[in-house]
Order: sequence, then C-alpha cells, then structure tokens
Amino acid sequence: MKDAFGTPQTLLVLGGTSEIGLATARRLVARRTRTVWLAGRPSPALDSAAAGLRELGADVRTVVFDALNPSGHEEALGKVFAEGDIDMVLLAFGVLGDQAHDEARPLDAVRVAQTNYTGAVSSGLICAGALQAQGHGSLVVLSSVAGERARRANFIYGSSKAGLDTFTQGLGDALHGTGVHVMVVRPGFVRSRMTAGLVEAPLATTPDQVAQAIEKGLRRRSETVWVPGVLRVVMSALRHVPRPLFRRLPV
Amino acid sequence: MSAECVPVAPAEHAAPTSPATPSGRDGDLPVPVTGWGRTAPSAALLVRPRTHEEAVAAVHRCGNRGTIARGLGRAYGDAAQNAGGAVLDTTGLDRIRTIDAEGGVVVCDAGVSLHRLMEVLLPLGWFVPVTPGTRYVTVGGAVGADIHGKNHHVSGSFSRHVLSLELLTADGEVRTVVPGTELFDATTGGMGLTGVVLSATVRLHPVETSLMSVDTERAGDLDDLMARLTAHDDRHRYSVAWIDLVARGAATGRAVLTRGEHAPLDALPARARRRPLEFRPRQFPPAPAFVPEGLLGRASVSLFNELWYRRAPRARRGQLQSIPAFFHPLDGVPHWNRVYGRSGFVQYQFVVGHGQEEALRTIVRRVARHGCPSFLAVLKRFGEGDPGWLSFPMPGWTLALDVPAGLPGLGPFLDGLDQVVADCGGRVYLAKDSRLRPELLSVMYPGLDRFRALRARLDPRGVFVSDLSRRLSL
Repeated sequence: MKDAFGTPQTLLVLGGTSEIGLATARRLVARRTRTVWLAGRPSPALDSAAAGLRELGADVRTVVFDALNPSGHEEALGKVFAEGDIDMVLLAFGVLGDQAHDEARPLDAVRVAQTNYTGAVSSGLICAGALQAQGHGSLVVLSSVAGERARRANFIYGSSKAGLDTFTQGLGDALHGTGVHVMVVRPGFVRSRMTAGLVEAPLATTPDQVAQAIEKGLRRRSETVWVPGVLRVVMSALRHVPRPLFRRLPV
Repeated sequence: MSAECVPVAPAEHAAPTSPATPSGRDGDLPVPVTGWGRTAPSAALLVRPRTHEEAVAAVHRCGNRGTIARGLGRAYGDAAQNAGGAVLDTTGLDRIRTIDAEGGVVVCDAGVSLHRLMEVLLPLGWFVPVTPGTRYVTVGGAVGADIHGKNHHVSGSFSRHVLSLELLTADGEVRTVVPGTELFDATTGGMGLTGVVLSATVRLHPVETSLMSVDTERAGDLDDLMARLTAHDDRHRYSVAWIDLVARGAATGRAVLTRGEHAPLDALPARARRRPLEFRPRQFPPAPAFVPEGLLGRASVSLFNELWYRRAPRARRGQLQSIPAFFHPLDGVPHWNRVYGRSGFVQYQFVVGHGQEEALRTIVRRVARHGCPSFLAVLKRFGEGDPGWLSFPMPGWTLALDVPAGLPGLGPFLDGLDQVVADCGGRVYLAKDSRLRPELLSVMYPGLDRFRALRARLDPRGVFVSDLSRRLSL
C-alpha cells in the first residue's frame, strides 16, 4: 500500500533499464519501497539494474517485457499482478530515435512510434485495469515537453510523446474516482544515455531531478508534473507563439 | 432494573460521515474512501447493513478482497479503508437496545456514536466512560481502536468498561465475547481485523450535571509541564495539556494545562440548576470544501499558538464549561479536517514509558527545530494499560500532533521520531497511523505475533482486511 505521502511499497518499472526509472526506484527504495519489479527485454543491463537495487535492500524481480510486442503484454503483466498488489507502475520505456535517419527510413520512424505510443497504449491499459481492480495505486507515465509542440528537430519522437501524453490524460480522467492516481511527467532535456552527444537544450535536467519531482508529485497527488517546474510557464508561453515565428526560434 | 429503551430513530449526526463516504449508498460501484487525514485514498464498495442479519449476509458476500467495518471515518489513516474490496458502513446499525438507568449499563449497536449516547444518557445522569477528542466515533470504532481519553490515568481505555461484545467472525457466526478471553483481547485495539463488532454492553459513569469544572494553568516549558502533570494528575479525573510545538529556545514545550471534573450539582449557579443535565452542543458553519494548500504554514501556526498561549489564564480554578467545550472543541466545526488542503494531514501520536522523559524531550526539541507547523499538539500521562494485544496505551507519556502531509521531508522526519520511540520501548497509535515502517511494528507491539496467529486461525481466508493491515502486514 501507499503511505500518507504516496510512497509505494511495491513498484513496477516498465522499461527496467531506464535511467529515470532506476533513479526513481532508488529514491523510493530509500523510503518505503521493498519490492521492485523490473520489466524489460532480458539483457545484462537489466540484470545489473536489478543487482544495483538489490544492494539497496529491495526484493527485486524481473519480468520479460517488450514494448514492441503488445500481444505479449497481457501475459507478462498479468504474471506480475497475480503475485500481489502493485502500488505504483512507472511507465518509463521509450526511444528517442534519430530524426534525420528516421525521416529517410519510414519503417524506423514507425518503430519509434510503436515503442513510445502503441506499446504504452497496450501496457498502460492493462496496468490501469489491474490497478482499478485492486482499488488503489499510481500509474506514472514519462511523457516529454517534446510532446507539447512539434519541433523541426525531433517531431517524430515529439509526436509519439504527444500521443502518449494525450492518452495518459484521458486515462487519468477515466480513472478519476476509482482510487487510481494517474500522473503525467513532462521532463525537459534530460542528461542521460538517451541524449548523449546531443546539444543540450536550456533548462536541462537530470534523472535524479526527475525522480525527485516524481516523489513530490506522488505526495501531492499531482496529475501533471513538469521537470523543472518552470517549464510549465515556459511551455505555456511557447505554445502560443505563432508558427512562422516558432519555426525560427532556436529551440 | 433494565428498562427497554429507547425511541431511537436513525441518528442525526450533526457532523456527518467523512466526505469520502456518501452515506446510505449501497453501491454497485466502488467509491474512493479516505481516513480523517484525507491521505492515500483507495476505492471500495460501500455496503450499509441495517440489521445484524444484513451484516452477516454482507460478510458472506464480500468477495476475494475481503471487507472491513467502518464507522464515522474518524480514524486518521487507512484503518477503515479496503482497496478493491468492500467496506461495511456500520452507521446503519444504530439502535440503543437497553439502558439500565439505575446500574448504569447500556447495550447498543456498534454503529451508535458517542454523540448519540450522550444525547440519550446525559438526561438520565450517565456519561460515557471514555471519550476521545471527538464525539463522532462509533462504539464499534471505540472498541476496535481501544480509544482513550483525558481520564486514561484514572479510567484506562474504552475496553475496560466493556462488559461484553457481539462479534461477527469470518465464519459468519456471531459470538459473545467477554473480557478475560483471547478473542476479547485481540478485538479490543484489533482495528476491526478479528471481525465486525455488532453490539456492545458498556458500563457508564454517573454524573450529577452535564457541566465540567475546569482548572487551567500555564507551564513555561516542557520540564515545568512534566513536573506539573506528574505532581497533580491523580487529583483530577480529566487532564490534558495543549503544547506549543512551534516555540523554540527557552519556551520549548510551553503549554496550557486543563484539568477537570464533572461539576457537582451544588457547583452550578441557581439558573443552571434547573436543567443540570442539558446537552446542547453548538454548531458552527462547516469548513469550506476547498482550502488552498499551505494555509497552515509556519507563520500562521506560530501566530495562532502565540495567541492561544497568551489567551490562556496563568491559573484559573473551577471554571464551568460544557462537555463539548471541554472534550470536543473541534466537533463544533464540521469537516475541520479540510483546512489542511488537498494533501491532507498526518496525526502522529506515540507513547513512551515512565522513565523515558529524555526521549520525549528529544522529540519535542526535534519537532520545534524542524519547524513542523502543528497547532494541535496534546500531551498527557497514561495510567495502567489494558490487556488488548494491539491496544495502544501503556503507562507513560503520550504526545499527539497534527502536521500537513504536504510538508517537504515530513516522511523521513517522522521515521526518525519512530526510531526514538521504538528504541525506548514506546509505540505509535495505529488508529492514527498512515505511514509507519512495517519493520517497526513488531518492536512496538509485542503482542503482534499472538494477534497474527489468532487471525490465521480465526480467519484463514483473510475475510477481514484493510489498507492498514495490508500496509503493515497485520
């Protein structure tokens, strides 16, 4: 169960090698979380992620999960929920893709969309159903500021996150009053493996800062969390910039 | 002499059930339910039986996520929530069955509130044996949490005055449970996890009037306060101290002590003597439904505490106060729990034994230093404990404080206090808990293993379950 501050005792991370996912798990294990499920494709990275959390004292289990294979989601996630209540699901998988490359190879672009959006639709719905049946729990979804407005530099990734974000908002409304808390997290540029080698955007943040913001959002039962918080103001201004002007902005 | 009683229409509760509980709705759809602190909501089907038979049927039907009884929702944490299962709203079981007006014994259903009992019993010259800081708790809840009041040093907890219980257990049977048995000791303080209390027989306290004769004095700091409480507590039936946990430095732990007795008839002025047993609580408008977050910050609470301390007389004796004013000042404002805003609040109550005053000093100093904006902080001395396995009171000092749950860093801070409490053999109160580390529970409650073993035997399928029991593996 969650405690008064929304801290879960059991956590399921979809995308078990995600840096933000693991930073969040580490933070929560230091508080109340005792059981962590890491869902992902079997890999040495997944094993070492599990080992790292075990060292902190958590009971860590892994489950085979592939965002690109929605037909297997029901079985994989069903197995996890059959073992007992999950207090928090963190949907943390996603790929950035390579905009220039993907524009030239539509099938690779589709892969980005399928991972970030389609995979989240199926696993998100399955988890939402399970949480609703148990009458409690938080579903925390990692979206992105990139989903707020299409940018020339990454609109394939951005559009997939836009879909994910809209989906999550709707799911949150659908689950309102069911005891299940749905939270969209919109980080800006996060310094991580995913963005290694890219030119850093203003207001860049780190996985740890995102994890900290998630913990605060759980405590306040927030529906939307921006990381850093000032992005809420920045983006609400940028959203209203006319397109001819927006195109020329160095964002 | 036992007189059949009483015209008990469905009780009119001036302060209704928690806003999370739509009263009287036998739902097909789960509704969100929270405790009085309004933290960690979870959804459950609400079932409101009107008779013992309906209660038995509801327990039979409750499904694989079980059920838990819920009265007026005054437990601060998650004791009366059951995520994904059923919550048995007992407020429909509201009959007072018999009153022995000469011997002072009442037999009533579990859903009858202490407020209702006072309305009915005071005119007959009887008072409930133990009342907490609110009248809006049910008799079933009083048994489940084994509640205590300002008279604990004299009268013990609620269960000491219970002569017998009717308990609906997981097998669907209704058992009569009397003091001195295992099931009684597991049920009193057992947080509803041994079964549903259907009715109770309770011994009452005789009173001549419905007024209290109250002495008030100020204590300049914590040591002064403890000395005053230690020296004179046994002279008064009721005793409690409001303590200013925001004050620092030399004023750390300054407090206002109030102690009282039921006023005898001859203490009343002539006018009041005509109706000495009148009971008419005043009501103020309810707290608004929406209160902005952070209203109770450090500055506002410091100001409140300063005024509250200054306003109290240095020493006053024999002031006449009504029962609501003395015992239940907050009951006058329905839904006062909303003033903490959306994130809700945490009430932290612990007890440490006599001889552990240093632990108490450490905690008070830490709270003052941390800057917890707590305007409701209460210190009192407990007397002898009662035999309930999970009953909270034990001889020593108990401190209760309210803190907004949204306060940054509050979780780790309270974990630190838990450690101090556990290290010196103390414990925190489960009826108020919403955040204890499960590992500490068996340290704080030595009777836990027996409790678990009895539950495993009595309720092998886990019919009775709550968010509290899931969180702490009770």
